[in-house]
Parts: sequence; C-alpha cells; structure tokens
Amino acid sequence: MSDPIIQMKNIQKHFGSVIALAGVSVDVFPGECHCLLGDNGAGKSTFIKTMSGVHKPTAGEIFFEGKPMSFEDPRDAMEAGIATVHQHLAMIPLMSVSRNFFMGNEPVKKKFGINFLDQQKADEITMQEMRKMGINLRGPDQAVGTLSGGERQTVAIARAVYFGAKVLILDEPTSALGVRQTANVLSTVHKVREQGIGVVFITHNVRHALAVGDRFTVLNRGQTLGTAKRGEIEYDELHDMMAGGDELAKLVPELGKQGQ
Amino acid sequence: MTGSTQAGVADERIKETSFIRKALIRPELGGIVGTIAVFTFFLLTAADSGMFNTQGILNWSVVSAQFMIIAVGACLLMIAGEFDLSVGSMIGFAGMLIAIFSVTLSWPVWVAILLTFAICIAIGALNGFIVIRTGLPSFIVTLAFLFILRGFTIFFPQTFERKTIIGGIKEAAEGDWLAPVFGGKIGGPIFTWLGDMGIIDVFERGTRAGEPVVDGIPMLIVWALGLVIFGHVLLTRTRFGNWIFAAGGDAEAARNSGVPVTKVKIQMFMFTAFCATVFATCQVMEFGSAGADRGLLKEFEAIIAVVIGGALLTGGYGSVIGAALGALIFGVVQQGLFFAGVESSLFRVFLGAILLGAVILNTYIRRLITGER
Repeated sequence: MSDPIIQMKNIQKHFGSVIALAGVSVDVFPGECHCLLGDNGAGKSTFIKTMSGVHKPTAGEIFFEGKPMSFEDPRDAMEAGIATVHQHLAMIPLMSVSRNFFMGNEPVKKKFGINFLDQQKADEITMQEMRKMGINLRGPDQAVGTLSGGERQTVAIARAVYFGAKVLILDEPTSALGVRQTANVLSTVHKVREQGIGVVFITHNVRHALAVGDRFTVLNRGQTLGTAKRGEIEYDELHDMMAGGDELAKLVPELGKQGQ
Repeated sequence: MTGSTQAGVADERIKETSFIRKALIRPELGGIVGTIAVFTFFLLTAADSGMFNTQGILNWSVVSAQFMIIAVGACLLMIAGEFDLSVGSMIGFAGMLIAIFSVTLSWPVWVAILLTFAICIAIGALNGFIVIRTGLPSFIVTLAFLFILRGFTIFFPQTFERKTIIGGIKEAAEGDWLAPVFGGKIGGPIFTWLGDMGIIDVFERGTRAGEPVVDGIPMLIVWALGLVIFGHVLLTRTRFGNWIFAAGGDAEAARNSGVPVTKVKIQMFMFTAFCATVFATCQVMEFGSAGADRGLLKEFEAIIAVVIGGALLTGGYGSVIGAALGALIFGVVQQGLFFAGVESSLFRVFLGAILLGAVILNTYIRRLITGER
C-alpha cells in the first residue's frame, strides 16, 4: 500500500480534568476500511471529532497526506477532504433527494445575470451517483422521507464522495438499521473503498466491522488496544477487547476514580 | 423525470404512484382546489350582484392583493421554520412612522418612506436575531413585538398629535417621486381606451362623465404580483431557496451541510418586515392617513393564507403560489359574502373552518411525503 492519507499520532484530548483520549494513534490508507471499535465512552466520538476538526487535540500530531495539519474548524477539514457522515442529522426528510444531495453546494447557472439553481444538472448528477451506489430512485424529486434508513445513509455517503472526500468518517452508520439495510450500507462502504477513498468506520458491532474492515483498532478508555489486520484476529478476540475482557479485573478498582 | 431512471430493477414492493397521489403531494393543490371551489360558488350565487364586473373584480382583487403581500413574507418565513406574529402591529407601526415623519415633522414623503423601511427591516432583523440567539420559539419573541410595536403605534400619535389618527398624508405626498410607487395606479390610458370602446363601464354623469369607473390598476396589486413572482422564483429556482427549505426542514442537518441557517432565518424575518411595510405604505398612501388600529389581526390572516396554501406550520415545506392562492381565496370570500348579501361576521366562521380543514389536509399530506405511518 502507498502512504497513509491521514496519520493521527499519539493524540491526547483532555476536557478539564477528564482524559478522553490518552495517546491514540491511527492511520488510514487510501482504499482501506479502517474500523474503529469500542464500547460506549471509549473515546470513539472524541477521536473522530478530533479527526474532523471539531476538537483540537491537547497533544499529538495529525498528518494529512504527509503534511502536518491543524484544523481550526470542521470546515477546514471538509475542504481538505475529510467528510463525516453522521448517523442522524444528515438529511432533510421533506426535501427531495436531489435537493438534499446538493444542500449547501447547489449548482448554479447564470441567466440574465442572476445565479439560478441548475435543477436539471442537480437531478442528473443525483440519479447518476445514486445508480453508482446501487440505489434506483423513483426520481430525483422523490422525498428523502420515503427512503429507508440504509438508503438515507447511502445518499449521505454518495454526497460526501461526490464532493471530493478523501477520508470518509462513518459514525455508527449501521447501529439503527435492520439486517438487509445494514448489508446495503456495508456494500456501499465497499464501493467507496474501491474508489480509493479511505474509510473510517465507527461501530460497536464486531460482526459489521469484520464484514467489511481491512484493519481494526479497538479503543478502550481513551487508549488503543492495538491495531490488527484482517485475518489476524477473530470475532471473539475483538469482542473481548472491546468489552475490556481480560482487563476487566484490572479496571474495577479504578472505577469511580476518573469519572466518566 | 427521465426515462433512464427506470433502468434498474424496479422494487416490487413499491407500488406505482398514481397521478392523484403525485398531485396530492404538491403543496399548491389545496389552494388550487379551494380557488376553483370559491369561484364556482360565487359565480353561481352572486353573478348578478356586480361582483364580476370591472369594479367588482377590482374590489376583491385589491383585498386579495393586500393579503398576498403579507402572505408572501409569512410563507417564506414559515418555510424557513419561523413565525412572525408582529406583522399586524408592524403594519400599524410603519404607517404611523410615515405619518409622523411626513406630517408631524414635515419631512419629504420619500424620506419618510425610506426611513420607515429601514427602521422596520431593522426591527425584523432584531426579531430574527433574538430568536436565533436565545433559541426561544419565534412565537414568543414576535408575540412580544406584537405588543411592543402596537403600544408605540398608539403612544406616538397621542404624544405628538393628541389623536390616534394622523391625516394629511395625501397633501404631503403631492408631487413626491416615491409616493406614487405605492399609492399610484398604472395602465390608465388602457382603461380610458377600454372605456371609450364601451368594453368597461364609464361614468354616466358628473364631473368625470365619460371617464372609466376603473381608471387604472392600483400599485398595491402590482406590488402583490411582483412579490409573489419574486418569492416563487427565489424559493424554487435559486440556491437561497434551497437553503430556506433546508433551514426549516432541519436546521441542524442544514448546518452540518454548510447552509448558513442563521443568515437565512434572519433575512427571512427582514423580508417579512419588508412585506408588512409595503402593505402599510400602500395603505397609508391610499387612505391619506395612518391609524393606530391598522393591521389588527393581519398576522393571523397571513398565516392562515399560507397554511391554506399548503405550507406546514413546522417548516420546511410550502409554496409561494399556494400562499398567493390562499390570499386570493380570502379576498374573494370576504368580499363575495358582501356581494352575496351574507352577514359579514360569517366570514370569521368561514376562516376558522377553512383553517382547520387545511391543517388537517396538510398533516395528511406530510405523512404521504415522509412515509410516516
């Protein structure tokens, strides 16, 4: 594989006296799906928020395409090519798919010196991009509200890819979905990976991770428990690591000391 | 839609959408059906009362146009997810400002008008700013301004002129360049010609004998149509229109996608204030006076017109054309009941009934669109 698109080295993040991340290192290569696993409160959210520019790390370095990077806000990260697809809050149900697809980035066409919305172009691109992802819409004017949860995730992913994402962060994309819809989203992840985009897949479902992941990093209480390659690790092992497993005994005395 | 959209394998669980269902999810549907129903009703019951001769048409057109002007602003604001209950008070307030500037202070009328627009739009922006900053419902914030502005509207003329109605604006506006833009009429020669040709009624006797009874289209109607076209194009054909839908549909999702939600909402509050001021200026120029009770209940009438026009009270969905049709239904029914000789208080009964019907229909349509069950 080539050089990593993004390298997060020894990232620490403290909120006041709370240490959310205590030195986490993760790198993402183009065309790989890097699964970030962890139980609730493990620091997954804090970590991806640091990656997408919402938080600034307390210590540690971020290299984007080999250069050191410091994102001031999410917009910087977005412009660099780091896109985040949230589980909720990505689509507006009452609006059509094409209007959602181009929300905030509408194509315009000049007529009489005024910038008008280029609806035709928006419709065509939407249909084309959705077909690439394997979703056949009734029409670009179909409301997002009529799509299933999995299809909505796919629209959001297709949108991020179309607008030039190099790293795609998926925040628990499958946690609220049924089996078939999950399969659709995972196949979308696979299609995105094939286009050379690095995917960061956050989940606490080991099965979903194993189905599509190339590498797996387990976070536990703000620390990495190591990164494993596909085929080097089994379901049970990952699951134990996530839950604390053999470390549980060690953790119990610490409970209550550090707070949440 | 293009033929190529059907290229893939169709999902056997999705039934073909019927034409009726497709028409149902267009926001304007209620407005179109209502308009046809209302016109049919009055053509059958009041056709010989003069409602559909030139003066009759002008009569309900002017009333409808008044509703339309404020409905366009209320419509865009509602789609952006907010309300403005201070519209009615703003109308009274704006009219009073013009009167005080031009009559009490004897400033040129064009200065009075421009200054009033600036002040009212600034108050609209303040409304929006408070709503966005505090996160309070716009219902409460603008309810406060309903009382604040109405209070000033009564306080100013009593303090400066010792009365609640200030007249003499027509005289002050004589020869002013800006006043005719709101109080004038256009198309005079066409109406004179139509009168000469015997197509429309002319005065039989008196000083104006031979002149057409209707001698032009009031600027109020021109403003109404202009604002409807502007609002419709803005909403459906521009990026900004997409942002209006997005801001009202889900402000958080819109922000995540890079839509400047705060800016959009504040600008819509400003636009609503602009529309209210246009209404007030036209009214003041027509009557030649400003009264402390002008514009009472107009905020609710605007909202009802918008809801009849298919917009959802929760934002994110609606149509300016629908709102304009809602305003037309309003104007035609209000004046039509008069022509048909029906007790005018029944108009309120009609309003309440049609509002309830429209909201129930809209809720059903919303379920159709979003697939909720």
